[in-house]
Amino acid sequence: MKEHLLSMHDLTADDITRVLDTAESFREVGTRVIKKVPALRGRTVVNFFLENSTRTRISFELAAKRLSADVINFTASGSSVAKGESLKDTALTLQAMGADAIVIRHSSSGSPLQLTEWVDAHVLNAGDGTHEHPTQGLLDLYTMREKLGRLEGLRVAIVGDILHSRVARSLSIGLVKMGADVTFVGPPTLIPPDATSWGVQVDYDLDGVVPKLDVCYMLRVQKERQRLEFFPSVREYARLFGLSRERAAQLPEGALVMHPGPMNRGVEIASDVADLPHAVIEDQVTNGIATRMALLYLMLGGGGEEGS
Amino acid sequence: MTGERIVFEGGRVVDPANRTDEVRDVVVADGVIAGPEAMEGADRIDARGLVIAPGLVDLHTHLREPGFEHKETVETGTRAAATGGFTAVASMANTDPVTDHAAIVHEVRDLAAAAGLADVFPVGAITKGRAGESLAEMGEMVDAGVRVFSDDGDTVSNARLLRNALMYAKAFPVEIVLADHAEDASLVEGGHMHEGSNSYAMGVAGRPAAAEEIAVARDLAVARATGGRLHLCHLSSARAVELVRAAKAEGLRVTAEVTPHHLTFTDDDVATYDTNLKMNPPLRTAEDREALREAVADGTIDVIATDHAPHAIEEKESEFDLSLPGTIGLETALGVVLTELVHPGRVSLMRALETMTVAPARILGAADHGGPIEVGRPANLVGFDPDEGWVVETPFVSRARNSAFLGRRLTGRVRFTMLRGTLTVADAKATR
Repeated sequence: MKEHLLSMHDLTADDITRVLDTAESFREVGTRVIKKVPALRGRTVVNFFLENSTRTRISFELAAKRLSADVINFTASGSSVAKGESLKDTALTLQAMGADAIVIRHSSSGSPLQLTEWVDAHVLNAGDGTHEHPTQGLLDLYTMREKLGRLEGLRVAIVGDILHSRVARSLSIGLVKMGADVTFVGPPTLIPPDATSWGVQVDYDLDGVVPKLDVCYMLRVQKERQRLEFFPSVREYARLFGLSRERAAQLPEGALVMHPGPMNRGVEIASDVADLPHAVIEDQVTNGIATRMALLYLMLGGGGEEGS
Repeated sequence: MTGERIVFEGGRVVDPANRTDEVRDVVVADGVIAGPEAMEGADRIDARGLVIAPGLVDLHTHLREPGFEHKETVETGTRAAATGGFTAVASMANTDPVTDHAAIVHEVRDLAAAAGLADVFPVGAITKGRAGESLAEMGEMVDAGVRVFSDDGDTVSNARLLRNALMYAKAFPVEIVLADHAEDASLVEGGHMHEGSNSYAMGVAGRPAAAEEIAVARDLAVARATGGRLHLCHLSSARAVELVRAAKAEGLRVTAEVTPHHLTFTDDDVATYDTNLKMNPPLRTAEDREALREAVADGTIDVIATDHAPHAIEEKESEFDLSLPGTIGLETALGVVLTELVHPGRVSLMRALETMTVAPARILGAADHGGPIEVGRPANLVGFDPDEGWVVETPFVSRARNSAFLGRRLTGRVRFTMLRGTLTVADAKATR
């Protein structure tokens, strides 16, 4: 495995398969009464979260704890960062405290890469600005493979604000590496003009796409984008690009509905669609822990240059 | 030290003001270029292997004083300038307080005179406080010697205000040049790099080339409508170059500049989120860079200017979107131009030096600078070894170290700089 996980580009298709296979074996740990293995005993994982994200932070915290690592949560509010300390100085502080891995969430694209220049610890990107969120991408790949048995050849639409979505970047890069057939759907203002160079297709008509899908992946709408005139209104967005009950009914039998959360029910996804059996949104959350355990294990503990 | 006599022996004297290029001695006495009769008793400096040219003139420098002395001061900035071979720099108006009245003009010039490292020609703001709302009192700044006005850093977004500034400037008996930072404000708001495949992949909000194209087209239309004298700062895009080429063919009174960094880098180089490569306008594509190089060669672009933009370490050593834009450039400009343009044969040495001496001196009204190197003229000179290799590294002479060129190997280094007969740089080191 790589020393750091900054981007889905860092992983080969073989790496991805290895992460998913490892996650598979850790998935079982979560079903035990004692949900803990000693793989990372004595190692220190710092959750360095400079942007609010309860879900991802808790997921990483549980993953590290189930591997018996010591976990420190360092969040922006109440930290030195809120008092004006620079990212570099805070990173050096974490380094001085002996962090073996730093899991960083930050509103600035590229900040995990910068971190690697300042610290020796393994750096895991838990979402950087509008750039990438590779662990989310991996847990989504895991969930698709788990539910549908394969990734190669899957027809996946990622629907919404692709331009500003770190989830869309990481997931589409991973899907393309694994041989899936990816289509971006959304208003043209929110799709990178050169998206086809990423190996995906682009379509603006959700109704035409839905009947041909194995997975319909809905992205959260950032309502402030409306203020910047990317689309006229939330109402019109929901009408053109939301997954309504009627649209969801056009999905082929067995197709999945996915969402990285948190959902805007009634905007990008209708409430009753989110509660359908083939909406696997809670499975994504559960699988997130196993996937992050796998990554921490592969990068810090076993399988890496340090051995296990 | 004025009064000293120095003869530079055997240098290759390249003088763009009268287009001569010959090996000869240059004699300096009493602060001016002298004839051979002054050689007697003069200190002799071996200039064989060096090029001697008029002292370089930078049309676009941020000296940061008053207001931002933690980034740079007039003294540290002019020392960096001298080290880079400059004898004159135009200091931009985004000081605090803004250089929008004569008192700041005098203050900056007095600070420069006290340091004695390079002549400083303060640029006045076009609008009060650089706020883009009403005209600054240009008249008192013209009386104080200002010849170039600019709200650099920001475009004059209000076309009516720009039109009125261009018209109003005709009132003065000297030629007044209005210099615009041409990027449409609404298109670049919140953007941090060239908008294109790199910005999309990196998840960084972009500043599209169309923003420059729009602003340049508008500025040219206003210049056409008024007959005003327009200068376009630091062009970065191929289409803007095309617009300027057409405007010049049409006979509009327009000049344009480009920076060494836009002639060197592309947005591919930004993919590492290196904040030293974050600047406005942003680094663009290889096609844009090629168009800029051609425009220097064919005269569409008149001036190479540094846009020397010093920042404190902590202002650059931060997240890409939070870091401040700009690179320092005074100490590296000549080496970069030689390395990127002259040595590869893209631009002749004469043409390259023209863009860094006589052309900016004329725009700036800096009569003592830019040559020609003739008897009786002020002895403002640079001597450089065009073949000396060196690696750009810290520490810099500038107070700042935010150089886009850190770690790069350049071929061509300044050995001495002379300001009115006084060596401000000798053996590649500032003398004061």
